[in-house]
Amino acid sequence: MTFLKNTAASVLALTLGAGAAMAADCPIKVGVLHSLSGTMAISETTLKDTMLMLVNDQNEEGGLLGCELEAVVVDPASDWPLFAEKARELLTVHDVDVIFGNWTSVSRKSVLPVIEELNGLLFYPVQYEGEESSKNVFYTGAAPNQQAIPATDYFLDELGVEKFALLGTDYVYPRTTNNILESYLKSKGIAEEDIFVNYTPFGHSDWSKIVSDVVALGADGKKVGVISTINGDANIGFYKELAAAGISADDIPVVAFSVGEEELSGLDTSNLVGHLAAWNYFQSADTEANAEFVAKWKDLMGEERVTNDPMEAHYIGFNMWVNAVKAAGTTDVDAVRAAMYGQEFPNLTGGTAVMGVNHHLAKPVLIGEIQDDGQFDIISETDPVPGDAWTDFLPESAVLVSDWKDLGCGMYNTETKTCVQIKSNY
Amino acid sequence: MRKSFIAQNPSILIFLACLALFTLCVTVLSEGAGAGLISTSFIKTLGKTLCLCLVAIAMDLIWGYCGILSLGHFAFFGLGGYMIGMWLMYARTEMIVQNALAQGGIPPTPQEITDGIGSQIFGVVGSSDFPLIWAFADSLTLQLLLVVLVPAVLALVFGWLAFRSRVAGVYLSILTQAMTLALALYLFQNDSGLRGNNGLSGLQNLPGVTAPQALVSMWFFWASALALGLGYLLSAWVISGKFGSVIRGIRDNEARVRFLGYPVESFKLMLFTLTAMIAAIAGALYYPQAGIINPAEIAPIASIYLAVWVAIGGRGRLYGAGLGAAFFSLVSTWFTGGQAPDINLGFYTIQWVDWWQVMLGLSFVLVTLFAPKGIGGLFDLLQRKNDA
Amino acid sequence: MTQLLHACRALFCVALLTLAQICAAQDSTPDTVQVSPLQDVLQADAALIAKASRKTIGPVIDRIADSGLPAAAGFLSDWQEKNIWQRKADGLFFRGEEVADRLYALRDLDSGLIVGESPKDDLNQLKPNSGVRGLIATALVRFQLSDPDPVTRAEALLAIERRPGAELLAPLRASIAAEPDATLKARKQRIERLLTIGYGQDPADRIAAIRAMPTDLGVDVRAALNPLVATTLTVAQKLPDGANLARILTPGSADLTRLQAYDMLVEANLAPRRATSAEIKTLLADHIEGGQVGGVALIRLSDPQARALAYQALAGQGLLPPLVTDADIDRALAAHVFFETYAEPNADVTAAAELALASIATRVGLNQSLDLGLDAISLASIYFLAAIGLAITFGLMGVINMAHGEFIMMGAYTGYVVQQVIPNHTVSILLAIPLAFAVTFAAGVAMERLVIRHLYHRPLETLLATFGISIALQQLAKNIFGTQARPLTAPDWLDGALVMNDVLAISYIRIAIFVLALIFLAFFLFLMKRTRLGLETRAVTQNPRMAAAMGINPGRVNMLTFGLGSGIAGIAGVAIGLYAKVTSELGADYIVQSFMTVVVGGVGNIWGALLGATMIGGLQKGIEWLNPSNTLAAQTYMIIFIIIFIQFRPRGIIALKGRAAGD
Repeated sequence: MTFLKNTAASVLALTLGAGAAMAADCPIKVGVLHSLSGTMAISETTLKDTMLMLVNDQNEEGGLLGCELEAVVVDPASDWPLFAEKARELLTVHDVDVIFGNWTSVSRKSVLPVIEELNGLLFYPVQYEGEESSKNVFYTGAAPNQQAIPATDYFLDELGVEKFALLGTDYVYPRTTNNILESYLKSKGIAEEDIFVNYTPFGHSDWSKIVSDVVALGADGKKVGVISTINGDANIGFYKELAAAGISADDIPVVAFSVGEEELSGLDTSNLVGHLAAWNYFQSADTEANAEFVAKWKDLMGEERVTNDPMEAHYIGFNMWVNAVKAAGTTDVDAVRAAMYGQEFPNLTGGTAVMGVNHHLAKPVLIGEIQDDGQFDIISETDPVPGDAWTDFLPESAVLVSDWKDLGCGMYNTETKTCVQIKSNY
Repeated sequence: MRKSFIAQNPSILIFLACLALFTLCVTVLSEGAGAGLISTSFIKTLGKTLCLCLVAIAMDLIWGYCGILSLGHFAFFGLGGYMIGMWLMYARTEMIVQNALAQGGIPPTPQEITDGIGSQIFGVVGSSDFPLIWAFADSLTLQLLLVVLVPAVLALVFGWLAFRSRVAGVYLSILTQAMTLALALYLFQNDSGLRGNNGLSGLQNLPGVTAPQALVSMWFFWASALALGLGYLLSAWVISGKFGSVIRGIRDNEARVRFLGYPVESFKLMLFTLTAMIAAIAGALYYPQAGIINPAEIAPIASIYLAVWVAIGGRGRLYGAGLGAAFFSLVSTWFTGGQAPDINLGFYTIQWVDWWQVMLGLSFVLVTLFAPKGIGGLFDLLQRKNDA
Repeated sequence: MTQLLHACRALFCVALLTLAQICAAQDSTPDTVQVSPLQDVLQADAALIAKASRKTIGPVIDRIADSGLPAAAGFLSDWQEKNIWQRKADGLFFRGEEVADRLYALRDLDSGLIVGESPKDDLNQLKPNSGVRGLIATALVRFQLSDPDPVTRAEALLAIERRPGAELLAPLRASIAAEPDATLKARKQRIERLLTIGYGQDPADRIAAIRAMPTDLGVDVRAALNPLVATTLTVAQKLPDGANLARILTPGSADLTRLQAYDMLVEANLAPRRATSAEIKTLLADHIEGGQVGGVALIRLSDPQARALAYQALAGQGLLPPLVTDADIDRALAAHVFFETYAEPNADVTAAAELALASIATRVGLNQSLDLGLDAISLASIYFLAAIGLAITFGLMGVINMAHGEFIMMGAYTGYVVQQVIPNHTVSILLAIPLAFAVTFAAGVAMERLVIRHLYHRPLETLLATFGISIALQQLAKNIFGTQARPLTAPDWLDGALVMNDVLAISYIRIAIFVLALIFLAFFLFLMKRTRLGLETRAVTQNPRMAAAMGINPGRVNMLTFGLGSGIAGIAGVAIGLYAKVTSELGADYIVQSFMTVVVGGVGNIWGALLGATMIGGLQKGIEWLNPSNTLAAQTYMIIFIIIFIQFRPRGIIALKGRAAGD
């Protein structure tokens, strides 16, 4: 009964809290929209902790515009509709000035209409499939041309792969990425029958047949390579099966786009040495800034914890936002957005990230080989590549560009010289 | 003359009156149509809660009154959402595409418009062809009809198969669970033509409506309240007459009812289909408020939660089911919203984000063990005290 | 004595080192005292070596290997193993050895002497990528083929297998005769044959080599044969002379449609391009005049036929190029011939290869079906393992335990914890199995005593209560172990796979799971049929009151039976964790499948659970085989099949009859 009363009271409190609109400018509120429970918690809690660490650091440096920063953490519980609800709550009830959040594409698509309707500001830190540009979102993770395409080039040029197995979890990111890659590979002269595509469900664990299918691809004497967009913990079963089948990286190399230090911590990597991953960041990057960042993280979270690419994306995104707010002198979304274009901030891996007018970063692309300590050995690093919202390798999006600064349009058709739509496609 | 079913049972009037009062209060306090004390995001939560109450009532009908523990009613709920979602997506995208193509000089052919819509909707999942199941997506009327028809047909076919072969009790529960799992897995595939894992999104934007979300959310809130009221009335009417007596009989002793000459299977099938339709309508109202529907929504766990709401609210009484659903919807909003204060025990800080699921789980156990009649049972206790 | 020798050697080294350092310090002109031929060779291509790319490094590696320098082979293998460092200051290459944190000793490549130390920041490590490493390995082959160490020779053979090439044939042939090791010799002969097939000069030799391996299932054999029979589709005005033709295609057939054929013509610049409808639209848009295009009103152009009219009008005025008509296409197709040619010019070789491939293909098909069968059995044993505990708690006792999956998870986490304490994987796994049983047995007993006991007469409500326990346990696991997946590593002797041939293989871990499933089956049968507890359990499940009247304590029996079922789930958890992943959601992945296994098989019968698992596993693999690119579809159709199956056998494959069936 007391529980009931409490709930009644809390509902009332919620209602009242909602009514009392916050008008004051201080503290500046930073919304953190990452799942803390459910299936995605495995990846997203790390990012929540990263955000808390970054906000804390900023406060120790004296806050922003003379205000304290306050992180507002909500839990969308890996429930996609709940992302939309929580985003609305953050923007209208908590009146946050910026949101850092989301991991999966579907959660981003869920949040997009809300953010655009309420003119919010979202920093999205994960590598994604592209084909989107929202006025209200800054994409600090990699677009396909910053991860998938360079990695494929590496396969073609450096490893001499002639036959491709595109393995992915059945959802948007692998589907679209593989679509782009298929069309890219064909443009590079790879025949359609030399591209094997397979989709598996989330959390798939029975990989023996798929692995033997991949081995069988080598029967026509062409070098086989695997491009994996397998998501999350399904990777563990996949790599275990790969190791059991005794497939060496020199025979059939696997490059993964969703496997970072965090995923490898659930695995014994001694049998996987030499397989690859493509990211914009690896913990093993040998720079001072990174050493400091890693040390701080381990200090805060424990010695066994690792850093990964989306964490760096948040690190860059948050610092760019701070600088943009300082430059604009306000947290007003439109002013901050205008100040974001051309913002520069040093990468943890060296060099400088630059925010483009299409809301994507220019970042270098790294390719690392898995080592037996669960870290990556960086064996290739490109010059900074500007993120491309619309891929050049699909006919319908090759004609599209995104330029929010001068054209004011995220989906501009260069052939007809018209803006297809102002809102993003969700 | 037989008394009207409403007069038989005063709780119907009480429930409807409470619902009306609640709707009025919320309207008066709302951002979109009143004083602005309740935020739009909370209005949406309340509107969705009403939809959940409605599906919980459907669940109560089939489980509490007929004894069939269906662990698949969220499949019907989700299908309803998908059906309305298809029209919402199609119509919204059609407007965008028409506007974009109209700028080109040469007017577009119908084929070009369809192709444009196709690549807009399915570009996200790396395809651009329209699957067959979108054949009616351009017509609101047809799609609204499908909201009810598709789940009804599924329920009819599934129910006919299941009841005909006398699958009952726990087996039926597991079978319904398998049904919703199969449907979820099917929809998860991109080849299913409903955008796979991505589902249908942006549903809160009604095509052609320029009114702000504050107002749109009020419309849906009213619609949900109306649907809940009507659904409650319908359910109360169904269980009041002879039909109601028969299904209660089936719950208590199926064999005896069968020996009395009633076609038990037909009764079960009718009720199963009816509740599927009610669930579908609730879903069709819920997802435009939620904004996105995807296959994860109809994973088996959602339907188990539905059963839990009904159990906690109190089986075998319609208002109990509604109460249970409302209670859980609001409590989970509260705990996931980050407003719940952490409890500092000195040596350990209890963060609700970490612990509320544990509490939730344990509360299921406690309620099942010690309050089998659920929250609704409390009213009985109250009444008994008054009587005494 | 040896120690003395070592000491002497060390002393000598130190002396040399000092000398070298003195030299380095004194030398202001680098070209006099030290002779460094390898360094010179390297410096000639320093930039290419420092940023080695497979596309450009080939000639450089050849130059190094062909230099004839004694240090060349050593350098190549050091380079391959990422031991070579470049000093930033002067661009010289050294072999680097870490002597302290971020401090490296530099060894001269030619003399092999340590010439100095440098902090890491002043050095660049050369990290040849896998492609470059492969090229180095190939270059090293000729140094390694006759190496005294058999391991090195095997490495050389592996390098040939990975990157076969014509230039390797001669050194390989030369090394066969002197090969002392019989296994290596056989391997060398096999590789020699494969190389002959691909790169031999004499067609007769090649055909002989092809005929020598008609039953070999190795992927490498097919990899050697297939390129021989690879064909290219070409179009020309007439058939070329002397080409090794595979077949001639007629446009309009299933293999080559008319439009595909025409597109080939366009690509070969033998015919004009067909304009796409989008291009037509753009062209028309360029000719809008006063609301009209080619005399057709703009509004009407939303009709494709009107567009065609407008285009024809414009084309008639000569403003646009004429469209390609069907008649044009037919004429163009008729004027050309479409054919496939083998890349291999010798027709006898291709014929022999086709024949060999055909005979291999049958055997491959057979082995593939066997492999699929093994996969199915393996999957079935995993399902069986996950479901066997449930077959007891649900099948025998009728308790719907939704927390069954969480017991599996608890078992897996127990394995993880044990492995944290005991690093030896063999010991830890052997200990983890009984411990997992103990933990989940205790949890099962506690759950039965506290919750389920009170709900025996309300079976549907146990579902809710245990569901509550399930989500509470999942969240607890998250709170304790975090959300990240935890490693549970199999001991070394379970690594790898049992390989029959390149097609038929199964990993040891799956065999272990299969054996474990068999042990459980035997254990279960023994327990039920041969022990007192089994007898009592059967009695209580059939008729609790009667059993009580016979002096059996139903409470105790129920408790023990439930504990047993839970304990077995715990052991299954260790096994499943070994082959997949350990997360808090581990159990949830198996719960619905497990229930279906038990229901399909028939409740209350262990053979039923076995049959159910076999059917589900076999079915899933079968559907996967039919539709290999979509595993999700396999699961969907499998479940639909089960739903339909239940319609016809509502009580499962093995239905209990008579009183035991109950209701």
